[in-house]
Amino acid sequence: MSDIAAEGPIPGDAQPHQGLRGAPSYLTAEHGLAAWFLTTDHKRIALLYAAALTVFFFIGGAGAVAIRMELFTPQADLLSADGYNRMFTLHGTVMVWFFLVPSIPNTFGNFLLPLMIGARDLAFPRLNLFSWYLFIGAGALLVYALVAGGVDTGWTFYTPFSTAYSQSYVMAAALAVVLVGFSSIATGVNFIATVHMLRAPGMTWFRLPLLVWALYGTSLVIVLATPVLTLVLLLIVAERAFGLPIFDPAYGGDPLLFQHLFWFYSHPAVYIMILPSFGVVSELVTCFSRRQVFGYTFMVYAILWIAVVGFLVWGHHMFVSGQSLYANIVFSFLSFIIAVPSAIKVFNWTFTLYRGQITFDAPMLYALGFIGLFTLGGLTGLFLASVPIDVHVTDTYFVVAHFHFIMVGGAVSAFYGGLHFWWPKITGRMYPDVWARFAAVLMFFGFCFTFFPQFIMGFLGMPRRYQVYPPEFQIWHVLSSSGAVLLACAYLLPMGYLAWSLIWGDRAEEDPWKATGLEWRTSSPPPRDNFRTMPAVDTGPYFYHPDKEGPRHDEPEAHQNQGRET
Amino acid sequence: MSGGQEALREPWDSLRRQREAASFGTWLFLGSEALLFGGLMMAFAVNRVLHGDAFAAAGHETNVVYGTVNTLVLLTSSLTMAVGAEAARAELRKLALVGLSLTLVFALAFLIIKGFEWRDDFRQHLFPGPNFKLQESAARIFFAFYWVMTGLHGLHVTGGIAVIGWITWQAWTGQRALRSPAFEAVALYWHLVDIVWVFLYPLLYLGGRA
Ligand code: HEM
Ligand SMILES: [Cu+2]
Repeated sequence: MSDIAAEGPIPGDAQPHQGLRGAPSYLTAEHGLAAWFLTTDHKRIALLYAAALTVFFFIGGAGAVAIRMELFTPQADLLSADGYNRMFTLHGTVMVWFFLVPSIPNTFGNFLLPLMIGARDLAFPRLNLFSWYLFIGAGALLVYALVAGGVDTGWTFYTPFSTAYSQSYVMAAALAVVLVGFSSIATGVNFIATVHMLRAPGMTWFRLPLLVWALYGTSLVIVLATPVLTLVLLLIVAERAFGLPIFDPAYGGDPLLFQHLFWFYSHPAVYIMILPSFGVVSELVTCFSRRQVFGYTFMVYAILWIAVVGFLVWGHHMFVSGQSLYANIVFSFLSFIIAVPSAIKVFNWTFTLYRGQITFDAPMLYALGFIGLFTLGGLTGLFLASVPIDVHVTDTYFVVAHFHFIMVGGAVSAFYGGLHFWWPKITGRMYPDVWARFAAVLMFFGFCFTFFPQFIMGFLGMPRRYQVYPPEFQIWHVLSSSGAVLLACAYLLPMGYLAWSLIWGDRAEEDPWKATGLEWRTSSPPPRDNFRTMPAVDTGPYFYHPDKEGPRHDEPEAHQNQGRET
Repeated sequence: MSGGQEALREPWDSLRRQREAASFGTWLFLGSEALLFGGLMMAFAVNRVLHGDAFAAAGHETNVVYGTVNTLVLLTSSLTMAVGAEAARAELRKLALVGLSLTLVFALAFLIIKGFEWRDDFRQHLFPGPNFKLQESAARIFFAFYWVMTGLHGLHVTGGIAVIGWITWQAWTGQRALRSPAFEAVALYWHLVDIVWVFLYPLLYLGGRA
């Protein structure tokens, strides 16, 4: 082992000393409610976010349960037509803006970004806390809208329904989304400034771990896309509250203008939701195959490419809206272009696995599941980007399956993968491995059971957003709803054993996975100021084996942490 | 570097870096704001193309005197803001306080003038509703944009007044060191509020009079 380490490009400290044992961690440094609710420690704020997001995951999940129960039979059994509309709107709104958009950035991003670049905190710690309070305020407003009677427009708020006809609490919900948007923007600004200004000595741009790059790209998209959503929702509020007829066709207003502006945000937003999980998966795949990432620079450019081109494809949501055929062709073409960087990433993860020393730890199982499910979701995106197919499957379950493969099979799996991977760092405890692997496999199968049938019934013509349907589709719906039970178990199970591990789990070492990121060269959980001494960096990330040499296959490779003590 | 240490905050090692970060962060936020107003102006432009005549007729109804006076007021306030921020940076306490206070005065004047204008608009039935003054239906869309644009801008002015008032008060009582990066950050924001108006003014007041 020692001779291999000596051959490494630049000597580093593969096994940082286990310092700080007994010294207070960020969890024990201060006590009392105020020390949590007024904290500016990025790690504590990450936990505050995690708590809030868990609540919203349950609320959104409850909506999903109601939908899937209703769809067991072709008739309406549980909900009125109106109630059903309110349920899927609740589900979509909560899951998109109050879970998926903030999920990885605001929990792992908050916790890890400063650690991974060797900083003491984010650039604007108080702004970070403020963004959490904005999030809570927005959440409270949304909960009010839901409890008062709900919203029935769908998460897309299409006009003129949302402005002129809907009798539900559109304004409160729209304002809640506006507020949560400001919270996202604050986080985005903070992350970008942090990456620009607080990298450790030697941590050059092309030595950044891919999770950092992914968060950086996400933040750019957040900062530039979210204000357009803010605007368009404010216009809806203006129309509902004050009767200003911006989108009202009765006076010559253009409802399609709403759709353009909405999707100008919401297509980039789908990348806000998936880019961070690209970053997480890159960390997991390299670690558990003991490989340097294949094509690091291409991975970086792919992230930036997605961030930019993501702004140019919104029209593929409007193929049947009556926009011109030329617009359709251009948007279709651009949508094919944007699939290229995603494909590059899948290709590079696969090649990272090639000849690696793969172990199937729980995080790795999640990551592998991600790669498969994301690939299917992405490929069906190409189906949808082809105008003739999209005309056929618009507003069917095919679309529903497409985006759930990416957002649930992809992003949520990556979230759980990251949760397991960094759990020892965050809490200082190890989770029970067998249970974790079982949950990961269960999640994969539960997911496929739930959503694969939706491709088939969608292609056969089952429209989305209806609670009654022709009996010939029942078999697919029953499959889907049964799968959802498995999926729900797979989501709940980790909450159980992770909570268990907080008390009975083994104490985690500093670097339990033998990983290379700077976050692994500090104690688990880290001290308030993150590092014993601020690290300096002189290599790129992912030195799981010596440069320009494949890993061996007889014994585990020595790895080399990216940083060294100063 | 007198006053430097009090202005330094976590997680920064030097005031210079902290200052760079504050303006960089503000620029990012301004980029976000640019898309907020950019989207709004884009929507306006689309409707102007769709309803050229109605927009020209409606644009004729806005009150160009109030609009022009307000443009001058706001441009001047940007000047005083720049003076205030630069003076703060150079630790010229008196000049900084004068610049900031004048900015506050101009900003309030802008809102008051705007308030008079809004009142007149109401009286002339220029708010889209049952007794709307103009015949063309698309004129209502113009005025919908008028109210949204001036309203949103007015909110930004109000926000500006709040933060400028706050840092001025802090500088006055000595709670905030003059070298704090906040002055420059707030100044940047205030210039944005000004620039947005520079776009709104021709769109709303001059378009119908060309
Ligand atoms: C690989 C590149 C992708 C392509 C080419 C693509 C293409 C499309 C197209 C053409 C539609 C419109 C279908 C229709 O309404 O008829 C669509 C819908 C959708 N996609 Fe994708 N997509 C891609 C990636 C993603 C990603 C990464 C996500 C999420 C993280 C996502 C989330 C969605 C959502 C949420 C919808 C449905 C929105 C709605 O109508 O409610 N897509 N996609
Ligand atoms: Cu899209």
